[in-house]
Parts: sequence; C-alpha cells; structure tokens
Amino acid sequence: MPADHVEWIRREGRIVIVGASLAGLRAAETLRAEGFTGELTLIGDEPYEPYDRPPLSKAALLGMASPRHTELPHRREIDAKWRLGVPASGLDLSAKRVRLADGDEVEYDRLLIATGVRARPWPKEAEARLDGVFLLRTRDDATRLLQKLKAGPRRVFIIGAGFAGCEVASACREMGLQVTMAERAGAPLVGALGGVIGAVAADLQTENGVDLRTRVTVTALEGDTSGRVRAVHLSDESVVEADVVVVSLGSLRNTEWLTGSGLGAGPRGIACDAGCRAFDFRGIVTDDVFVAGDVARSPHALFGYQFLSLEHWGNAVAQAETAAHNMICRGADRRPHLWTPAFWSSQFRVNIKSVGVPPMGDQIMITQGSLAERRFVGVYGYQGRVIAAVSFDNNRWLEFYRRQIERGAPFPVEFPTMDRRPEGRQPVPADFPDPSLPTHGPTVTLSGYSPADQQLVFTPARH
Amino acid sequence: MTQAPLFRQITDFANRADPYPLYTELRRTPVLHEEEGGPYVVSSYYDIEALLHDPRVSSDAANLAASEDDGLGMGDETGGLPPSFLRLDPPEHDRLRRIANSAFGPPHQPRRIENMRGELDGIVTGLIDGFGDAREVDLVDQFAYPFPVTVICRLLGVPREDEPRFRSWVDPLVATLDPDTRRSADPEFVKTAQESRMQLGMYLAGLVEQRTKEPQDDVLSDLANSRGPDGAMTMMEVLSTAVLLLIAGHETTVNLITNGMLTLLRHPEVLGRLREDPGLSVRIVEELLRYEPPVQIVPQRTCITDIELRGTTIPKGSRIWLMIAAGNRDPERFKEPDRFDPDREDIQHLGFGSGIHSCFGAPLARLETQIALSELARRLENPRLVEDPPPYRPNAVLRGPRHLNVAFDGLR
Ligand SMILES: Cc1cc2nc3c(=O)[nH]c(=O)nc-3n(C[C@H](O)[C@H](O)[C@H](O)COP(=O)(O)OP(=O)(O)OC[C@H]3O[C@@H](n4cnc5c(N)ncnc54)[C@H](O)[C@@H]3O)c2cc1C
Repeated sequence: MPADHVEWIRREGRIVIVGASLAGLRAAETLRAEGFTGELTLIGDEPYEPYDRPPLSKAALLGMASPRHTELPHRREIDAKWRLGVPASGLDLSAKRVRLADGDEVEYDRLLIATGVRARPWPKEAEARLDGVFLLRTRDDATRLLQKLKAGPRRVFIIGAGFAGCEVASACREMGLQVTMAERAGAPLVGALGGVIGAVAADLQTENGVDLRTRVTVTALEGDTSGRVRAVHLSDESVVEADVVVVSLGSLRNTEWLTGSGLGAGPRGIACDAGCRAFDFRGIVTDDVFVAGDVARSPHALFGYQFLSLEHWGNAVAQAETAAHNMICRGADRRPHLWTPAFWSSQFRVNIKSVGVPPMGDQIMITQGSLAERRFVGVYGYQGRVIAAVSFDNNRWLEFYRRQIERGAPFPVEFPTMDRRPEGRQPVPADFPDPSLPTHGPTVTLSGYSPADQQLVFTPARH
Repeated sequence: MTQAPLFRQITDFANRADPYPLYTELRRTPVLHEEEGGPYVVSSYYDIEALLHDPRVSSDAANLAASEDDGLGMGDETGGLPPSFLRLDPPEHDRLRRIANSAFGPPHQPRRIENMRGELDGIVTGLIDGFGDAREVDLVDQFAYPFPVTVICRLLGVPREDEPRFRSWVDPLVATLDPDTRRSADPEFVKTAQESRMQLGMYLAGLVEQRTKEPQDDVLSDLANSRGPDGAMTMMEVLSTAVLLLIAGHETTVNLITNGMLTLLRHPEVLGRLREDPGLSVRIVEELLRYEPPVQIVPQRTCITDIELRGTTIPKGSRIWLMIAAGNRDPERFKEPDRFDPDREDIQHLGFGSGIHSCFGAPLARLETQIALSELARRLENPRLVEDPPPYRPNAVLRGPRHLNVAFDGLR
C-alpha cells in the first residue's frame, strides 16, 4: 500500500540529501520538524558545515564578517550523518544508490538533490589559471580574494556587471581600490532589471569611482613571465593593467555527476514538477527523487508555467521546505512550490530588492520616488499585468507589490501611491536586451498567505 | 440594554486589563466599521501587515477627509512644532528618519546601542540594589519607568535631573494618543496638549542650541549637526524629532518591561527557566512583543484612495485602526495564539509594526527589556504578584499597568 509506504518512510526510511548548503540544511531541518525519524545523510563536497553565501560578496569582502564565519544558524537539531568533503559522483536510479567519489555508496528511500551551481570560469583555461584571477562562489574563493584585496592591488578588473560583479566592485571601492568593470551589455544589471534601471546602476558605479566599460567584451587576460595576471584586453582594443581579475560571468549548474543516471538533468538544471519531484530524461516524474535550490528548474504557475531556475537565497529556503514536506507526505497532502521570486543585493550602500520576474516585463513605471534620487519602486508590466517590481532603498514597500503580482493586478498601476512623481505616471519600455516573453495564456493568481494554504485561482483566457 | 460598538468597548477603561476576548470578537469581522465617521478597524495579522506595507495608506493626518477630522488635526496638536516623521509620509518621512537613524545606528554609529550594554547593566543593578531591604516594590515606579528614562536621557543627552519637568509635559502628550481622550477632546485638553508640546520643545531647544555650539557624544548633538547626504534638519525638525525620540524612547519600554514581568509572574515556570538561563530573555522578549505588545493599536492611518480589503471598500480619507495586539493573536497566523510560549518556532509579531514606520528604537527596546527581565529574574527571591490584575494606565493605545506591586523574600 503506497499510503503505508509513506508512513514507513517517515518512521524508518533513509533520506539522503546531496548538497550540504543552504537548501540541503533547510530541507534536513524541515524533515525533522515534520516528524521524520528515519536515517538522514547529508553529502557535501565542501569540507565545511553549511554556510551562507550572500555575505561573501558583501560584508565578508569589507572585513565586517570573516568569510570563515558565515555559518548558517541551525534552526533545530537534525541528527544527521554528515559526509563532508566528498562529492557525489553518480546516481543509480533503479538501485536507489548515490555513489561517492571515494568509492562509497549510500542507499536511499528518498533522495533530495541540492547541488546548486558553481561560478562559470574564464573560458580560456591557461588564462584562468593565472595567479590573480578569481571566481567568487565559495568560502575558499572569498578567503583568497579577500587576502589578495587586502594586500592592496593597484587595480581590480571585474568581468561582468551582474549582481555579483557589481557587489564586488562596490566592496573594492569601499576598500579604496581602483576598479574597472567590463560589461557586454549597455549597462550593469541589464539582464536582471532592464535598461531603465541599468542606467541608474551605471550612474551608481561611475559616481562611486568605478571605471565602467560597457558594450565591450574581454578578449584576453595577459600574464607576466611568473604567471601573474597583469593586463586585460578588451574588444575595443583597449588594454587595462590590473593585478586582480574577478571573473563574474554567471554560473553553471552542478549536474555533471548525474550524467547517465537517467534523470532529466543537464546544463539548465534539473527539471522538476511543482511539487519538487524530479523528472527523468523522458519527462516522467520520479517519485522518490526531489530537487531544491539553485540547481532546480520548476514550473511556476504565476508565470505561465514556465520552468524557472532561480538563483535566489529565499527560493532555496522555500523550495527546500516544500521538497522536504512533500518527501514525507501522501499525494493529497503535498504542496506546490509557489514561492514568488524575490532577490536582494546591496551595492554602494544602496539596498536593491526585486520581486517577481522582472525580465518577463516589457514595460516599467516608477510608482514611488524617483530614479534621479535613486530611491524608488519600479513596477514591471507584462500584457496588462503586474509581473515584477524592483526597489532601490525602498524595500519596505515591496511586500505590497508582491501581493499585486500574486493577484495578477492590472498594469499600468492607476491608483495613487505615496510619493508618486510626474515621471511615474506613464509606463515606458523596460528595455531588456533580449526579451524572452512567454506565450499569452490564461491568468493564474495566488491566494492565501502561508505556504500551507496558498491556492491557485484560475481565470480562463478571454477571447 | 444595547451593547456599545466594539471599538468603543476596546477604548473603554473597564476592559483595559484584558482586552483579548474583545480582539477575538473583532477578528470575526476582518474590516469592522460600526459608526458613521468611526474608524475602519482591521484586526487580522495578514491584513494589518498588508496595510503597513501599502503605499496607498498614509500616516499624515492631512489626508483625513474633513468629516473625519476630530478637531485635533495637525495645526491644533503640534503646538507650533512641525509633525514628527511618525506622522509624515515619504519623501519627507524618509529624509527625516534617515537623518535621525544616522545618529542611532549603522553605518554612522554602528555600535551606539550595543556599546551601551555595560551601562544598561549598571543602571539596572543600581535600581535593583535601590530596593534595599524592602520586601515589596512597585515595579513601575521603582524600576520599569526610571530605567528607560535614564537610558533615553543618556542617549539623547538630556539631563536626568530634568525628568520631573519634562514628565509634566510628556504625560498630556501621551494622553493625546489615546483614542478615547481624543473623542472627548474638550478645548481645555487640546490647549494643554499644545502647550505641553511647546514647552517641551522650548526646553529641548535650549539643549540643542548648546549642542550646536559644543557638540558632545549624544544624539541631540548628532541631530543638531547632521551633515549627511540628506543635508541638515531645520531647528524645528530637530525639535520635533527630539520630542518624538524622548517620548517613544521610554513610554513603550516601560510597558514592555512591566507587561513582561507581569507575564512572567503569571508563568512561573518560564520565570524559573530565565533565572537559570539569561540567554532565554531574547526569545522571551520576542514572544512578549507578540503576546502583550506595548503598542496595541496604530490608530493614525488614512487611505489616499479607496482600498478594497476582504470584500469591503475602505473609502478614501477614512481613518483606519490597525489592531496590532489582535493581529498578534490571530489563529490564522499563530498556533495557539493565546498561549505565552517563548519556544515558539517563528515569532514574526507586529509588536514593532512593520514597513517604513517600523519601530526605530527596536534594538534599544529589545536590549533594555532583555537585561531588565533577566536581572529581575536572577535577583528577586521568590517574587509574587500582590494584585492580579494590577491597576492599568488609562491609555488603550499604549497599554500597560500603572503599578505592579511585587512581593519577594529578598535580593540575591
Ligand atoms: C557571492 C554570492 C552572493 C549572493 N548574494 C545573494 C543575495 O544577495 N541575495 C540572494 O537572494 N541570493 C544571493 N546569492 C545566491 C544564494 O547564495 C544561492 O541562491 C543559495 O546559496 C542557493 O543555495 P543552494 O543550497 O541551492 O546551493 P549552494 O549554496 O550552491 O549549495 C550547493 C552545495 O552543493 C555542493 N555540491 C555541488 N556538487 C556536489 C556534489 N556532486 N556532491 C556533493 N556536493 C555537491 C556545492 O559545493 C555546494 O556546497 C549569492 C550567491 C553568491 C555566491
């Protein structure tokens, strides 16, 4: 009986979690909180207990928190077997076994995959190996980079002006270092927030003394005879001398270890259903393999059931909680992962926050504050609906806009808001470089507040 | 006999000691509007939270529809001082709060509060030692009031010995926060409030002037000499900010500490645990802010457009009451909401509000109360309530006991 099987797993099953970081830890805690009393194993390739990454590009670089001390607080005792410092190297779906790089094998009744992503390295290997070239994803990366920055390099060169790159630039400037940042698009953060907001981010960088180069790509990193990086070559033929290069080109999903396992895992992550159950390569849902965090791709009802991969701290927590809940639940008690995407960043002491999926928006209007003052809320619209919002130093309002997104509130925003300026009365194009718009479909909205009682409200498309 | 409208029963002093059954009744009607011209009363956790983040909801009394004005509008109440940032909307609110914040916290004064720990310990020890050989004290007069007053005086840079003077101005001002006194506002009351505010302002002006010439390491000096990216406050803005900080800086903490000790005495097992483990005070204070929040109602909100909430339309210009204390015990949000349980998993209370007006002094209030309660627990031998319930202060907004007589066998 399947019902009894679930009850058995709850009581004495074996649950294995691969990826011992944010999502892994929160899932483990949720399993115990919800009454799982069986055997719990956490496998992680890093030699450390779960730690927090957001400070690594912020407080840690400023010396306000040591990169060695960003451990995640435990919410409860999890009584787990830890296998740290050893990567999982393979998965046998039919035998229900995880293989470890040290040759060991661990059997499971339910598996959670939370292997996250890693930083995309500089593609030319020899150049990537030059002394002074850094990535920033792990605690070790941050420790090494910080050490180098403290030594007072003459110039730091950052490749890529996404969130991570911008944060590093901000930290370096605060340390008084010379910084050049190169970006292929027309402004920083354009991919995430569009050109209107990107222009604000660009001003922020240049006003704080960053030498910002846009619409250029880095063509080569040049080293000296002793293998230290010394200059960066750009597509506009300019050369910038720098002794530290931070490569900030996005991420790659940690799915290689699943090659050949039959799981639907690839460069875009591991696809799963709304309940966090992984698909196999045939698109059929598995019943005992679950996914959570940065490595997952899951369909989101609010956004046309597109499969979203979110590299967001809050998503990792929420998805881990949902996955853990569903792992030890019967079908009818399972919950969909309906978390509304949200992300924060802080650069040059400006607090940036977004909710929803801004790149899906084609228009934006500034409903509070002003771009010129760099204190505002911008609302993104897509086909007559509020789809996302972003705030600069105004994050306390975002909760409201999250509800607007969840309710499929109409766009443009017609009602008056406090601190609405004339510039914010009309929507303008949000100016994303390559809008990948979902196809128009029926409207789905969210109701209810807590994960346990959130419901979908379905409104058929009108013709 | 017909029952008085619920919202009037809440402000009725007769129900002060235990308003919670009324709150339970309130929550049955998520948006309660009982009287023409009366407030729209909102009492469920999620609705309050939503309204606290709603950019269509204003804190500025100027947005009240004329018919809702209770005769205590801005011009009347201020006694010549501009409204404090608590009663302003963005962008003015943001500017003033940021300047004030830079005097208090990071990044400008990252450790001003945390550095006060030793000093706070010292004040608490002194006050408890001061109980001497007594076997019964009024915890309000002898502890819960003098402690935060001493602290806010030190922090702002107001001479402690002036306390009797400013207390006589503060009390009438605090009374204006009570919806009940407001309703029965007679011209005399309005006049006293105005005069008190003006007197307090003039008193503080003297101190500020002195700090402008000779800055010291205190908040008044920082306010008077602020030169951040937001520019300086005007003299009048400094004064209304100082009035706000002085009042808010202690009136609420008194109640938090007193409600705290009352609750602990009603839950001796928790008091016992706290005695063994002062670290538990962190959780106890959070749970207190949920269970017995010192600010029970936020009565100063108005909407700048019609707002639809749970099927009811709150018309533009209406007065909205956010029933913080009712929301904190909303079963939709908390399991067993009426149980005092410091071991609760997530205590996301509304005790400090939320959104742009969320309590500015929260870090200080938390620290003060943690220290106060753990020290009382540690030092009072076999403490007992002399009277339960104790007599309450009249105010329904800032709710707490007027006296809390506690008997004990001695000091440790
Ligand atoms: C510098 C930085 C700053 C950030 N700032 C923000 C921010 O401001 N706001 C925000 O919302 N998000 C931010 N993020 C993103 C956030 O940290 C991630 O979304 C979150 O860490 C995802 O958690 P996760 O558990 O899914 O993945 P991860 O934290 O990446 O954990 C995955 C773990 O699995 C391990 N692993 C991989 N493969 C294997 C294997 N085969 N076997 C065993 N273990 C394996 C990895 O080494 C890693 O320890 C930031 C990230 C970084 C790196």
